[in-house]
Amino acid sequence: MDALLHQVLSGLATGGIYASIALALVMIYQATHHVNFAQGELAMFSTYIAWTQIDAGFPYWVAFVLTLLFSFVMGVLIERIVVRPIENAPVLSIVIVFIGLLVILNSVAGWIYGYTIKSFPSPFPENARLFGSYMSPHEIGMIAVTLAVLLLVFLFFRFTPLGLAMRAAAQNPVSSRLVGIRVGWMLALGWGLAGSIGAVAGMMAAPIVYLDPNMMSGVLLYGFAAALVGGIDNPWGAALGGFIVGVLENLAGAYVVGTEIKLTVALVIIVGVLLVRPSGLFGRTLVTRV
Amino acid sequence: MPAILETRALDAGYGPTQVLNALSIAVEEGGITALLGANGAGKTTTLRSICNMLVHASGEIRFAGERIDGRATEDIVRLGIGHVPDGRGTFTGLSVEENLRLGAYTRRDRDAVAADYERVYGHFPRLRERKRQQAGTLSGGEQQMLAIARALMLRPKLLLLDEPSFGLAPILVQEIFAILRAINRDEHVSMLLVEQNANMALQLADHAYLLETGRIVMHGPASVIGGDESVRRAYLGY
Amino acid sequence: MSAMNARAVALAAFGALLCALPFLLSSYHVFQLTMVVVYAIVLLGLNILTGFNGQISLGHGAFFAIGAYITAVLLDKTGIPYWATVPLAGGVCLVVGFLFGLPALRLEGLYLALATFALAVATPQLLKYRRLEHWTGGVQGITFAKPDPPPFLPLDSDQWLYFFCLIVAVPLFVVGWNLLRARTGRALVAIRDQPTAAAAMGIDTAFYKSAAFGVSAMYTGIAGALGAIITQFVAPDSFPIFLSISFIVGIVVGGIASISGAVFGAIFIEFVPNVANAISDAAPWAIYGVFLIGCMYVMPNGAAGLVRTLLERARAWRPERRKLLSPTGEPR
Repeated sequence: MDALLHQVLSGLATGGIYASIALALVMIYQATHHVNFAQGELAMFSTYIAWTQIDAGFPYWVAFVLTLLFSFVMGVLIERIVVRPIENAPVLSIVIVFIGLLVILNSVAGWIYGYTIKSFPSPFPENARLFGSYMSPHEIGMIAVTLAVLLLVFLFFRFTPLGLAMRAAAQNPVSSRLVGIRVGWMLALGWGLAGSIGAVAGMMAAPIVYLDPNMMSGVLLYGFAAALVGGIDNPWGAALGGFIVGVLENLAGAYVVGTEIKLTVALVIIVGVLLVRPSGLFGRTLVTRV
Repeated sequence: MPAILETRALDAGYGPTQVLNALSIAVEEGGITALLGANGAGKTTTLRSICNMLVHASGEIRFAGERIDGRATEDIVRLGIGHVPDGRGTFTGLSVEENLRLGAYTRRDRDAVAADYERVYGHFPRLRERKRQQAGTLSGGEQQMLAIARALMLRPKLLLLDEPSFGLAPILVQEIFAILRAINRDEHVSMLLVEQNANMALQLADHAYLLETGRIVMHGPASVIGGDESVRRAYLGY
Repeated sequence: MSAMNARAVALAAFGALLCALPFLLSSYHVFQLTMVVVYAIVLLGLNILTGFNGQISLGHGAFFAIGAYITAVLLDKTGIPYWATVPLAGGVCLVVGFLFGLPALRLEGLYLALATFALAVATPQLLKYRRLEHWTGGVQGITFAKPDPPPFLPLDSDQWLYFFCLIVAVPLFVVGWNLLRARTGRALVAIRDQPTAAAAMGIDTAFYKSAAFGVSAMYTGIAGALGAIITQFVAPDSFPIFLSISFIVGIVVGGIASISGAVFGAIFIEFVPNVANAISDAAPWAIYGVFLIGCMYVMPNGAAGLVRTLLERARAWRPERRKLLSPTGEPR
């Protein structure tokens, strides 16, 4: 029982990382109706930027904030420079561009920083213990940060004019222009925000999975699965999906099959869920006229 | 009366196809001008050219004396042009309330916006009843009302309406047109109304243009055009 | 000369080139060329499913692996001749693909992409799995002997294997071409573009979609079997996730919903990684990524799309085809 609880809580913690990536994916999806497969690598790159600052002596939270700004700008630039020119191309062509980005970022990070793993500090004090010995301070901190980000994103989209404008621009760019929304900048903003959220995920994940250019590939997959399980158009669902996937992965690994094929098992279960609920657990099936 | 909107020698089209030919029309300030014609005449293209949407256009377009041709759509509407597009263009995934909020997106005057919500709900009480409903689930008539309401939230000086009667029952069209007349009269919103339903449009409008394959073939006071039987038979089908 | 004749001449010239090449190139290059043929078969299969029928599959590496492992296991454990394993691999993958296609009917777009991606992820993991080691050979995989060319032909092994793959590829392409040009192809495209209307017209969308999956898997399985034969080695790490991604890259770069696109795409995925490596061995994948993005900017509809556009422009230059200004026919 003890061990089970430990696995579940640990799964919730890693679930927080998946939830953050899922949130970033949903963010870009809501803004552009595209899934950004390069999201994981962007997050990884941002984490390296943070590492560079910390290595140079910057205090953690200063590096954290600067990295958030940096990844925001990087997201905006990528949208304006790389994505904008082909935004009217067929969907699969855009997917290929994202794959290209993914590969470039991964390769450049490896080239600049090398492939040896680096350690990344956790901002949460080592000796603080809240839930007894079930969860490490970092794990608790991760969950808290994820929930905070989630709350901010929700509030942003639901209650701010800008968030509403972004949702409108994604759904109906033509009508959006008719109410004065600068659609191009809405897309760029979506990418910027997603970049920052991804950076948070990366910086939270790095103390646990260690920093190397391939750290986010598994995370991206889980994040993608989480976003779909939750419903690709639903930030709450994506976050919840992330936590579910995290717990599922841990339980599958501990009790069912061992770490060798736990990824497979987790995915199979997720696909099973999708077969029963094809729009995800909480996805809204929008009523459309044919 | 001065014209709030004027086009001069407007050519427009899509890709290699030319739709409008040296079109020159004017919308009187404070009045309702109708643009009539059959399918394919170029009515929607005219409205799209004014807002620079999806068309290639050349020629002059002036709004309140200022040239607006070539500017981005989102800048043009900020000058005070509300466009109720072809097919309504409501944000079907958002609620009625959110649609209206988006109409007021560019405005900074909070109190006036709040007053405008009240005014718009006053014109269209059905929308107030369905405030939180997803716009895509509204009926055709309600979506048309929502589209007009959203454009009104901009507090436009000029309202462009593209076939507001499309697909609606005549009694609903009368209701909406009566509301448009009230808006024009009480709030001094000029209107350019594109319609296939010439009969009802001529009853609402002050001035009318007849468009045929991209050219104006006739224009004049609506009562004159509506009263001339040979014109009606030849161009308007009734 | 008419368009039809021009095309026939082009095809004949292409065919002659294909037959001449193995005698002009070194063994290694012949091997690479053979891989291009193999990948072309995969991409044609994938195009049937994703390009023509609109069902995105990120998991075709799995079918490739299944075909390869069937060949390897049969050659390792039984006396079946190598060429007989190819139709067997195809048959098994046809069934597996069709069965996978049935539940896949419930999923659309991204969700289907994820489900198929699960396949791609599962493949190397399951192949390495301890409990299946007896059959799959575990991490080390299975090796077997290189097939000899038939004694009456003056070819070496590599050249023979090249022609063998070509002999398998040609009928596959001809059948595919026929299918896609005819009713079946139109039904597939109708389902992709307007599924509701297609169903309303009486097209059995469920059957076509599952059948498309099956046929697509069959092509890929056959290619996998061929791939195994020409490398004489299969191992779990030969079928990583990136293989499935390469296949999608191949059909997009080559040209979606295009048969010639399969060939262009195959050339891309076989050679560009090597070219990238030659340009920079510090960050070769960065160069590859730049190539990918560059290709999409220059030819968003793939190489086949680019060729089509160029041909159309060339035709428009001829005086009798000059465009007349059409009277307004646009809506309003």
